[in-house]
Amino acid sequence: MKRTVFPNRWLPYLLVLPQLAVTIVFFFWPAAKSLYLSVFKSPPFGGRDVFVGLDNFTALLRDREYYESVLNSFVFALGVTGLSVVGGLVIAVLANQKIRGLAFYRTALLWPYGIAPAVAGIIFLFIFHPAYGILPYFLSFVTAYEFNWLLKGWVAMTLVILATSWTHLGYNIAFFLAGLQAIPASVMEAASVDGAPPLKKFTAITVPLISPVTFYLVVVNMVFAFFSSFGVIHAVTHGGPGNATEIMVFKLWKDGFIGLNLGSSAAQSVILMAVVIGLTMLQFRVAEKRVTY
Amino acid sequence: MKVFMSLCAALVLAWPGAALARTEIHFWHAMTGALGDALETQVKQFNESQGEYEVKPLRKGTYPETLTAAIAAYRQKNPPHLVQVFEVGTQTMMLSGAVYPVYELMQHNEIKIDWNDFIKPVVGYYTKDGKLYSMPYNSSTPIFYYNKDAFKKAGLDPEKPPRTWPEVEAYAKKIIAAGGAKCGFSTGWPSWTMVENMHATHDQPFASKHNGFDAVEGVELLINREFGLKHVGALNGWQKDNVYSYGGRQGTADPKFVNGDCAMYIQSSALISGFSKSIKFDWGTGELPHWGGRYPKATSIIGGATLWVLKGKPQAEYRGAAKFLEYLAKPEQQMWWHVNTGYLAISNTAVRNLEQGYHFVKNPKQYTAFAQLTGLPPTAPAALKDAKKAAPPKPERVATPNSSGLRLGNFVQIRDVIESELENVFNGKKPVKQGLDDAVAKSNALLKEFAATYKQ
Amino acid sequence: MSDARTTTTTVIDGGAVAVRPRPTVTVLQAETERPRRRVDWNTILVHAALIVAVALVAFPLYYAFVISTQALDEVIQKPPRLLPSAYALENYVEAWRRSGMARLLLNSAVVAVGVAVGKIAISMLSAFAIVYFRFRGASVVFWLIFLTLMLPIPVRILPTYEVVGNIGWLDTYAGLTVPLMASATATFLFRQFYMTVPNELAEAAQMDGAGPLRFLWSFLLPLSWANIAALFVVLFIYGWNEYFWPLLITNTEEMRTVVIGLERLIPRSGTELPTWNLIMAGAMMALVPPVAVILFMQRWFVKGLIESEK
Repeated sequence: MKRTVFPNRWLPYLLVLPQLAVTIVFFFWPAAKSLYLSVFKSPPFGGRDVFVGLDNFTALLRDREYYESVLNSFVFALGVTGLSVVGGLVIAVLANQKIRGLAFYRTALLWPYGIAPAVAGIIFLFIFHPAYGILPYFLSFVTAYEFNWLLKGWVAMTLVILATSWTHLGYNIAFFLAGLQAIPASVMEAASVDGAPPLKKFTAITVPLISPVTFYLVVVNMVFAFFSSFGVIHAVTHGGPGNATEIMVFKLWKDGFIGLNLGSSAAQSVILMAVVIGLTMLQFRVAEKRVTY
Repeated sequence: MKVFMSLCAALVLAWPGAALARTEIHFWHAMTGALGDALETQVKQFNESQGEYEVKPLRKGTYPETLTAAIAAYRQKNPPHLVQVFEVGTQTMMLSGAVYPVYELMQHNEIKIDWNDFIKPVVGYYTKDGKLYSMPYNSSTPIFYYNKDAFKKAGLDPEKPPRTWPEVEAYAKKIIAAGGAKCGFSTGWPSWTMVENMHATHDQPFASKHNGFDAVEGVELLINREFGLKHVGALNGWQKDNVYSYGGRQGTADPKFVNGDCAMYIQSSALISGFSKSIKFDWGTGELPHWGGRYPKATSIIGGATLWVLKGKPQAEYRGAAKFLEYLAKPEQQMWWHVNTGYLAISNTAVRNLEQGYHFVKNPKQYTAFAQLTGLPPTAPAALKDAKKAAPPKPERVATPNSSGLRLGNFVQIRDVIESELENVFNGKKPVKQGLDDAVAKSNALLKEFAATYKQ
Repeated sequence: MSDARTTTTTVIDGGAVAVRPRPTVTVLQAETERPRRRVDWNTILVHAALIVAVALVAFPLYYAFVISTQALDEVIQKPPRLLPSAYALENYVEAWRRSGMARLLLNSAVVAVGVAVGKIAISMLSAFAIVYFRFRGASVVFWLIFLTLMLPIPVRILPTYEVVGNIGWLDTYAGLTVPLMASATATFLFRQFYMTVPNELAEAAQMDGAGPLRFLWSFLLPLSWANIAALFVVLFIYGWNEYFWPLLITNTEEMRTVVIGLERLIPRSGTELPTWNLIMAGAMMALVPPVAVILFMQRWFVKGLIESEK
């Protein structure tokens, strides 16, 4: 498509300047510095940087704890994504019927999106609190098992997954609702005329038709869980117990800012960068193909 | 009249000469709440005591955040004069090349402080080759807390805390059986109280090369040997019948004791004043339990933080830092700090003055930590009334190289590793031996990494 | 990428931003035109299920609120008390005082609004340049901006920290906001939107003798309000809730944002009992503003979401 353009020599440069400046100063320069630091050992107070080649990387790849953090990241991201995307879809399908009060339901389900994961984490921390929490209290009537997140890794993981999913559910519902409403009514009516049972209608028509939304939400939720969930871990579990909730981003922070191991932290940054680039590529490739339709 | 007065006051305050003549000394710290208030009061007292320097305290977050901020500022060539660093950062600071050692600072400014008057386990932690590198500020040591009401309920003598681990176990079982509490004991700062200090008080090495004091390279952790296995094994075994109830890292277990859930607790002596406000039952303190038998009884080690002087400021300004540190070293300041915060007074003169003022008779709980650090019997305060007449009490604990502190690189992470592995043991993920072996292996890698970073 | 109909889903920071240039679907349609009939069990079931869902979602917040109104010994009593008590005012006042809440909220507001406004402004300009000008290096610029998608804050955290330090921005509002501003997401949104604007508009503007800035201001901007509003909500929430960055680059109490400040109400090396009632009161105060923004701007926000993708 041919577009009308404005003839001007310098104005476009002036217009992109602010964004470009911020991008270069706060994105490319630091990213390059990460690459640089990742092949050095540097004492925290400065002084001599010793070139160590790929030592920082090989050390990570030999570190079982690092693999644990990778695994934790995936468990966490998949848990959050699974719970909030599937939950969101189910609720959205329910709400998408011709009923009164849809606007109310949507509002009543959407608002947790505004809550910071860290704040959600603090609230869930109390709900799960081994001594005072309401959840362990009621569970104690059912089982003698001690749901102590200070000691049991999976309880801690469940806690942070639930808290994060809680904040995400509304967002996913809003998206699914939008997607569902865009399905032409004629399609659903045709299915009803054919006498398809509701479940069949759901799996055969709804699911494929909203797969682009689903795919989009899966990616958004995954990336969010990978990168933006530092807060909930930092505020609630600090990576413990053991290293059960130590996700990659938390480890990166811990090694760099608490452990003062700049080289290793930078190497972890570089690895994460590779992961994001991979994810983004994948997303674009699939987005180009358009999942169905 | 009132208006006129305040106008005058405003003029005086705004008068440039009055304020500008003083050299500012920047002091970054990590103290919050009541402790932060105490620090600021102390600084204010110093500022009012002389007219040349003005110390400006600034809270920079938690200990690690304060250290990170200081490092960043140093790298940007604008460090504070003084920064408070926790004890686990000692080795990092000593090797940083960024520090103006306190002994040198005092020499250059011709200020004499009798460091021999200071309690050995405290000063020793921060001394290298006989020279003091940083100024001890807030020091504490883990002690034993117990719920006297729970003891009474179980028919135990509330004035006699258990002194050995087998006694702790027996008491715990009695108390639980009598319904005095749900669990026997819990712990704060698990690595510090249960690993570092247990090795020290039993005269067992925590790490090779004299706990890292002798060298940077080749240091290895030794906590997976016979003693470590025995103690962690016992804790793990006690988990099952609630004799021991793990309560998380740092102070997350505090509520277990404060609520009365656990009848006994091992935590920093600095919590005495906090507990005095929050605990509603009758409680007491005692020394850390000991395994007895063939293990010698040694002094415990400290925790807390010291003040480091950073390089990179005009030489003339350091005189202000030196003056401030000299002020903090005065016995009356030591006493004031101890009484107002619960941290230890660390000069012998200050301790003696406190004794003579019957401070410990009035506050026997405060004495436990001194006794444990200096090796004196924990029950001395009652006899101290007539301290001058009576023969000095005989030391019960020995000070040994194993009990004089730890000096490890990457110690922050090592503590984290140890606590992670303890959790893995306590939650049944790993057997005791494997947990400790893993902790040692990971820590050794960190130590090696540290040595490599600082190798010239 | 050049086809305006291609959906670009871009993810990283702000949350959603992706564009589908297409007229908005009204979500509320379903509500209208429903004839009354006899009892419809299916509908009742759906309502019941939805009410359960709403209750489940609301429960954590309700519980937090309940705790925030109780005295400390009510908080720790068993069985847990699930009804509000009478100490709300006391707790909120105390939490407000103890955490320095006024300052925290102010900082969060500055950061959230600053990030949202700044990001919208610079993205609008650069997208305008990319769509409405032909200039040497345009594709380089486009790719440079596009690449930032791949560099979320955590992966470049240490050096960014150092850069901000070198500029002297540690512990300043500039340091808190500017590094969060650059991102490709908003730029893409505007780019995609501009491309759907009929070409005739620009032609007409040129015919009237309007220069590019005039065109941007008088023609494009009025058309963009819906997008701007939706972006504002997403970015406000992103800025308000950002945790990692403020944690690092603020090192005085005066510059903390509320999400970070709240963590401090949780005593970790406790010389005092954890005052859960105060923590919850603090949490309530921290979450009310972003939730209020969502509720008040819901219409635009949902519209923005829908425009983003379906």
